[in-house]
Amino acid sequence: MSRILPYLLGGISVGGQYALIAIGYTMVYGILRLINFAHGDIFTAAGFFMVYATASLPLYLSIPLVILLTIFMGVLVERAAYKPLRSAPRMSVMISAIGVSYLLQNVMWYITGGLAKRYPVIPWISDSVTVLGYTTKRVTIITPFLTVILVIALVILIKKTKIGMAMRAASRDFETAQLMGIKIDNVISFTFVVGSALAAVGSMLYFSNYATVTPVVGAMPGLKAFVAAVFGGIGSIPGAVLGGFIIGISETLIKGAGLTTFSDAVTFALLIIILVVKPTGLFGEKPTQKV
Amino acid sequence: MKKFLALILVLAMTLSLVSCGTSGSSQSNTSNKTLNIGVFEPASGDNGAGGKQETLGIQYANSVTPTVEINGETYSVALKIVDNQSATDKAPTAAQQLVSDGVSVVLGSYGSGVSMAAAPIFEQAKIPAIGASCTNPAVTQNRPYYFRVCFIDPFQGSVMANFVKDQFNAKKAYVLNMLGEDYGSGLATYFANAFKKQGGEVKAEAFPEGTSDFSAYIQNAISYGADVIFAPSATTYASLIISQAASAGCKIPITGGDTWESSVILDAQKGTNLKVYVSTFFDENDKSGVAATFVTGFKAWLNADPQRKTDNGGNDIVAAVSALGYDAYMTAIEAIKTANSTTGEDIKNAMPKVSFDGVTGHISFPNGGDAAKSEAFIKQADNGAFKFIKRQSSTS
Amino acid sequence: MKTNRIPQSFKIAGAFLLLLAVVLMLDNVPGISVMLLIVLRKGAIYALVAVSMNLLNGFTGLFSLGQAGFMLLGAYTYAILTIPVGNQALVYQRYPNGGIGFSVTESLGRVLGQQPGLLLGVIICLILGGIVAGLFAYLIGLPVLRLKSDYLAIATLGFAEIIRAVVQYEKLGPITNGSNLLSNFTNFSNFHLGSLKLDTVMPFVFAGVCIWVITLIINSTYGRAFKAIRDDEVAAEAMGINLANHKRMSFIISSFFAGISGAMLAMYQASVQATIFKAAMTYEILLIVVLGGIGSISGSIIAAFLFVGSSEWWLRFLDNTTVLPNFNAKLLLAIIFAAVVVGVVSLVAYKQNKAQKGRSAAVGRGRKLLALKPSGVITIVVGALVLLGDLLFLISPDLQLPLLRSGFRMVVFSVVVMMVVLFFSRGLMGDKELPDLFRTRHKRL
Repeated sequence: MSRILPYLLGGISVGGQYALIAIGYTMVYGILRLINFAHGDIFTAAGFFMVYATASLPLYLSIPLVILLTIFMGVLVERAAYKPLRSAPRMSVMISAIGVSYLLQNVMWYITGGLAKRYPVIPWISDSVTVLGYTTKRVTIITPFLTVILVIALVILIKKTKIGMAMRAASRDFETAQLMGIKIDNVISFTFVVGSALAAVGSMLYFSNYATVTPVVGAMPGLKAFVAAVFGGIGSIPGAVLGGFIIGISETLIKGAGLTTFSDAVTFALLIIILVVKPTGLFGEKPTQKV
Repeated sequence: MKKFLALILVLAMTLSLVSCGTSGSSQSNTSNKTLNIGVFEPASGDNGAGGKQETLGIQYANSVTPTVEINGETYSVALKIVDNQSATDKAPTAAQQLVSDGVSVVLGSYGSGVSMAAAPIFEQAKIPAIGASCTNPAVTQNRPYYFRVCFIDPFQGSVMANFVKDQFNAKKAYVLNMLGEDYGSGLATYFANAFKKQGGEVKAEAFPEGTSDFSAYIQNAISYGADVIFAPSATTYASLIISQAASAGCKIPITGGDTWESSVILDAQKGTNLKVYVSTFFDENDKSGVAATFVTGFKAWLNADPQRKTDNGGNDIVAAVSALGYDAYMTAIEAIKTANSTTGEDIKNAMPKVSFDGVTGHISFPNGGDAAKSEAFIKQADNGAFKFIKRQSSTS
Repeated sequence: MKTNRIPQSFKIAGAFLLLLAVVLMLDNVPGISVMLLIVLRKGAIYALVAVSMNLLNGFTGLFSLGQAGFMLLGAYTYAILTIPVGNQALVYQRYPNGGIGFSVTESLGRVLGQQPGLLLGVIICLILGGIVAGLFAYLIGLPVLRLKSDYLAIATLGFAEIIRAVVQYEKLGPITNGSNLLSNFTNFSNFHLGSLKLDTVMPFVFAGVCIWVITLIINSTYGRAFKAIRDDEVAAEAMGINLANHKRMSFIISSFFAGISGAMLAMYQASVQATIFKAAMTYEILLIVVLGGIGSISGSIIAAFLFVGSSEWWLRFLDNTTVLPNFNAKLLLAIIFAAVVVGVVSLVAYKQNKAQKGRSAAVGRGRKLLALKPSGVITIVVGALVLLGDLLFLISPDLQLPLLRSGFRMVVFSVVVMMVVLFFSRGLMGDKELPDLFRTRHKRL
């Protein structure tokens, strides 16, 4: 057990970060049936915002500014690239998402000159602590707790507030929700607000752990977070979180077992297995069969 | 309407095709004769930081020696710089760009993978290429048009193996490199072979591209009981490895190859108690003639322009790859003077006759394309500066 | 009607032969820009991949993102089989005794003579590359093809990543060279006809033949079955089309040609490495397909050349820091730029105004002077800001064009792609083919 503990710790930490990103994916997919490929790049952009913000502003101003900027970017992407195609076939929207992802990566590459930037050190959470005899950064321990707290807050939001009810209605049946008088544009924008805010928080945790930001750093975690969302059941937030942790832990354990070539591949292998065995994911709902 | 727009688009493209096709050749409208030297370096991507430093060395050399005499006429040397983006699929097109720009000789690249990918193109165009810091042997093997002014990885691997045995009495080594990266995997193999020949044990692992989380690998090293970690990789990953080793409380000394001689490593090591060592081609504090002149001149040149300082990593510490870039440029000038011609073929034939004292040591090409280098410098990254430890050769 | 159809295919064949002759001339006439040849070669290869992806996405309606994985398989198979025996020790440096010990092109060359053996060997290896890709497609298709569109996309993307990881596995190193470069195999520059270089003609020939085969398939009963599946799966099944079989067939055929194009890419680059066959490559091909029009073969071909040309060549000037020679040039450039911006903004505003006015007139509302949607207002505001920037640049003292530095090319390019995806979502050709453009329009009776 003690041999596995450091790997477990690492896996829980990275799993928590995947979970925060996965929530954004699963919420957007639940309502819009769209895989938001650009989400990983919004996550990366949040990292860059922080790098540039802390160059001129103190930390306690930078953090809220970064969250606001990320939210603004997420909503902008939605308004510019997804809203016009809302009535188009599914493939067009997905292609638009891929196009936005491509655009964001190239813009970030251009602005930063393609070089890696060092993420600023956020005090206290970046300190080293010793847990059960193993030294690690405090952020590793905080991440799962923070994730769980945010998820509980989010679930309360969805279950107990009006906007949450509107989101649930929209994800159940898009057209009927509109007929019921729900302002669908606001609901969708709110979804992106929440998703982007979580991505911004996730980026702060992620980059405190892995302090180098490059324009393509978000691509693989974004994809893995989407796999986590599918694994846990698309449309279900607790499922996305559980999926994130499972993916993070398995990936780290595979690295520990010495099969590092396959650490990315194992994530996709898990995806294929769940798609073949239980396509709706661990917590997904079975769609009612209409005759 | 849309088809009309499409036709307009195609016409516009064709027009620019015509203009681009001819504009490339009509650039030289000045009265002087110009000789083009291509600079094939990454300015972005994993190796962007090192590539920029190497380019700075070449640019400085160009400012020191901007002209060359051929057949009694003075040619001014123009640098044509392309960015190969540290990617082996973007490298061929960047190389072709240089060929179509009409360069007589190419300098570069930082990064053995892109050099190997571009080598057939330079060969086909009969343009010699002089690598500054690409250390993988496959770059020059069977490639009569590729030369280099640095040592090669089999040498560097055994140098490091000797060093860790001398310094730490290391018996077990943990070797880590990136999958698919020719420089790192080559150097890792040579180190492992040399270390095993000394009687040591090696555990070798490779991480996939884009990895940010190295905690598992560091744990592997700790549980293996390694006496030293050898992790030749690009600076992007190196800084992650070092900072994560520090936060995991890992006490094992970490060593890297020549790519680690960079301010990125200094920043990562600052404030930690880690022992980080690198092997490299040059020492800033070397007081011997040519090197000292170069160091003072280069620092002054760097400080003259804030953009140059930023490209160098925000300071004026002289990176070894800049010194190599300088030497590569000077080698090219020597070869052009000996060949007395601007044709690539002639310059290539003149290369074996080149022999002079460069900043990084004596440069000559006794057999094939590799410079005869027999020493490497070991430095330690210590709180923001590189401390010179010793000169190491491969048999000690 | 039947008598009209034969001349059309002759026309196309004739046009293709003419194209080959032009390309042959370009290959061998000195002074032609090297970049043009590069764009032609890469364009031909990407055209083939795009058409194969279009077969799957556009004609059968199966959204798959696994193209890069099949290209990888084809490229590796081809490279492994054609490295000359003498070079194998050099290439497989880290794996002693690596390599398969023989080379198809060399062996055939000994039997048939250098050039014919080379050609036959290359053709055989290309087909083998395609077969390996097709085989994996069959295996992957078994679990994956019954998934719905989004899940199919992610599952195929996942398989492509798994294939990429497996190929780089150390234990397979003696065959695949692990994660290192494979090089020194037969490539396009090894071909010559006497003293004529065939560097660019060969990819055109190979791509042309493959695209012709795909067109034949699409115009056959199988192709009609694919289109039926795309339009309505339930109805197709009711018509007696076996969904599973036809989907699998489409997947395998598409992957077969993706494998061949991967092998051709290897020949073009003269080196193969697993790391370049990333998901990003699949996205590029997808963008080409969308740009050309989903469901149009000629659209994919044209879009492939436009894409490769724009991203590799025409827009390269955007990457270079340009210093203008004097103030007059700056003035001229600023005026032209301002004119273009004003023109575009007024066009957009005018069209929107007309549409909005038309709409309110139909409903019977009162007249407004200027009726615009928020996006129109935003366009005007952005245009005004750009003009302001232009003015500021004009009055500033330096002659260096702002914004133009490394990376700007890709930004402009992605913006153009987004414009096409958002505003011209039917692509260049919609779902029509090039011959349709030349067909005479029949007057309505």
